[in-house]
Amino acid sequence: MHLNRFSRIILMLCIILLFGQPGFTTAAVAATQYDYINISNPFLNKIPVAVPVFKCMSDPGTEAEDAETATQLLTAGLDFTGYFKLIDRGAFLENLQEKGIVAKALNFGNWTGIGAELLVTGGIWKVNDTVRLELRVFDTFKGEMLFGKRYGGSADDLRRMIHRFCDELVYRLTGRRGLFSSRLVFIGKNEGKSSIYTCEFDGQDLKQVVQSDAITLFPAWSPDGRLIAYTSYARGRPEIIVKELGGNESRRIAFEGINITPTWVPGKSGKLAATLSTSGDEEIYLLTRSGKIDKRLTDSWGIDVSPTFSPDGRQMAFVSKRAGSPQIYIKDMETGDIQRLTFEGSYNTEPDWSPEGDRIAYSGMNNGHADIFLIGTDGQGREQLTRDSGSNESPAWSPDGSLIVFSSTRTGSTKLYVMTASGTDQRQLVHMTGEQILPDWSPALTSD
Amino acid sequence: MKHQRLRLGFGLLLLIVSFVFVVSCAKHQDVLQTPGGDAAEVAETPEHKAAEQAGEMTEEELAAQKEAAQRRQQAERARAAKEEFLDENVYFGFDDSTLTRKARQILAQKVDWLRSNPSVDVVIEGHCDERGTKEYNMALGQRRAQSIKNFLVNAGIDPDRLETISYGEERPVDPRHNEMAWAKNRRGHFRIK
Repeated sequence: MHLNRFSRIILMLCIILLFGQPGFTTAAVAATQYDYINISNPFLNKIPVAVPVFKCMSDPGTEAEDAETATQLLTAGLDFTGYFKLIDRGAFLENLQEKGIVAKALNFGNWTGIGAELLVTGGIWKVNDTVRLELRVFDTFKGEMLFGKRYGGSADDLRRMIHRFCDELVYRLTGRRGLFSSRLVFIGKNEGKSSIYTCEFDGQDLKQVVQSDAITLFPAWSPDGRLIAYTSYARGRPEIIVKELGGNESRRIAFEGINITPTWVPGKSGKLAATLSTSGDEEIYLLTRSGKIDKRLTDSWGIDVSPTFSPDGRQMAFVSKRAGSPQIYIKDMETGDIQRLTFEGSYNTEPDWSPEGDRIAYSGMNNGHADIFLIGTDGQGREQLTRDSGSNESPAWSPDGSLIVFSSTRTGSTKLYVMTASGTDQRQLVHMTGEQILPDWSPALTSD
Repeated sequence: MKHQRLRLGFGLLLLIVSFVFVVSCAKHQDVLQTPGGDAAEVAETPEHKAAEQAGEMTEEELAAQKEAAQRRQQAERARAAKEEFLDENVYFGFDDSTLTRKARQILAQKVDWLRSNPSVDVVIEGHCDERGTKEYNMALGQRRAQSIKNFLVNAGIDPDRLETISYGEERPVDPRHNEMAWAKNRRGHFRIK
């Protein structure tokens, strides 16, 4: 059965290779044909994987500490994805230090015997401050190597090297990539101050980008990874600021009334959509790179807010009260047609279009508490991902479409949580005082 | 109904004003009595007449003070009216930006105040309760402020005097998580620009 399963992986990999294009197309192919990781619910049947401590290849005295660090980084990285079940080290029957890291040095029976379907071996060399890694992934039942990678860099690059390998492994198994090179942006509220923070996908490397006494809301990460758009009351009323990360570029979008919920148009146009009330009514507008009104995108009396675009930019989902209660609608950008998407519940807001294009995450409220839902862009397949856990709001997809970040009041104060796109593995992302709200996920960032 | 209430309010105000006046006069006489007692001792001196003159002066003073008191009362009334204008919020139903009957009554009074204070520009703040999501509530708060503005403009107030701003759910007056707090937080609030 496992062999059978595995030959399907190989078939899948061939298909991926044949079709070549990583990203959307590949993922769509994977979604229909791949069942080693069950794409319809890949997170319930996790792949059991064993990651023994990396082998010190030249001098255990200098390498042992980095070997341990690297092993833990790899374990934590794979665990974070929700695809894997990491087998406890205590169960391992083999030790890489005594054996080796290549197929002929391994006794796969010792790994199948403890239930591992995949085995990751690592070797580490450290010379002065330079680290070299050799990492291999084996199918334990077939006794074959899936793939291997070499990385080199300074000891400080260990985390980045391991995460590049994790991204590669996840890509080969699922056709999805980019999680491990992504960051998050969110608002932290503490002692009357609002700050914009960014952190790595797993909550590490926290950086404060903006701190203000004024209300600061709705950060949105640009498709090129360079800019953050957000709403600030620094001048007394809600204006949109577009800020260059790690740079000085900053511009203001300040039409009369409110300037809120900015979102970026996919691609390289640098255009934004946002809700403005300059006409006396809350409508969504397309704004040029320089912050001028390009055109008005909604034209209906009452609230229109929270735009989000399909990955190809051809459609826009948004929230409107046009039918009496806040519901999500989809506008075809070419024809201008608008279709209502959500019908269940009387308060559906905060849509975020999935990177794979087929689903929209949103928050739906019932009895004062919101929960995170998914719905197909055709209105089918509505799923509830959170329940009985306070108010769950502001869902945002990871760039590979595997995870969703959101805010929750489940432990009292509002904190950020991450879960898989199936709603499994819900855990707190960052542990800090105060409230953390309104997360948005960056695209895959190629350079750091 | 509105006129009845106004008339009743005015009557009450008159009653309070006359009471305050009586009390302040009584106090005034108390003060006068003390120098009167002293006057008995100095009655033999030629300053006797001066004392009488002083009595006449006091009446003039009284008139001036009466006028000052009236001015004070007027100022007091204006201050109270302004306070009421600023303190009295307009409340909304959940996920609703339409004006209730009660809200319209309050806004009619605000129209009066804005008419009698034509040099004052105001900011209308729209607020929401914590339920619902921050993005939508920011738009809802704006819609509430805009509803209020529309009412005032329709009643003849110059739109240039009225600025709207939404705070969404970011500035609750009551931070508790219950119906009472929510009802208080779903409000339109006025401040002087």
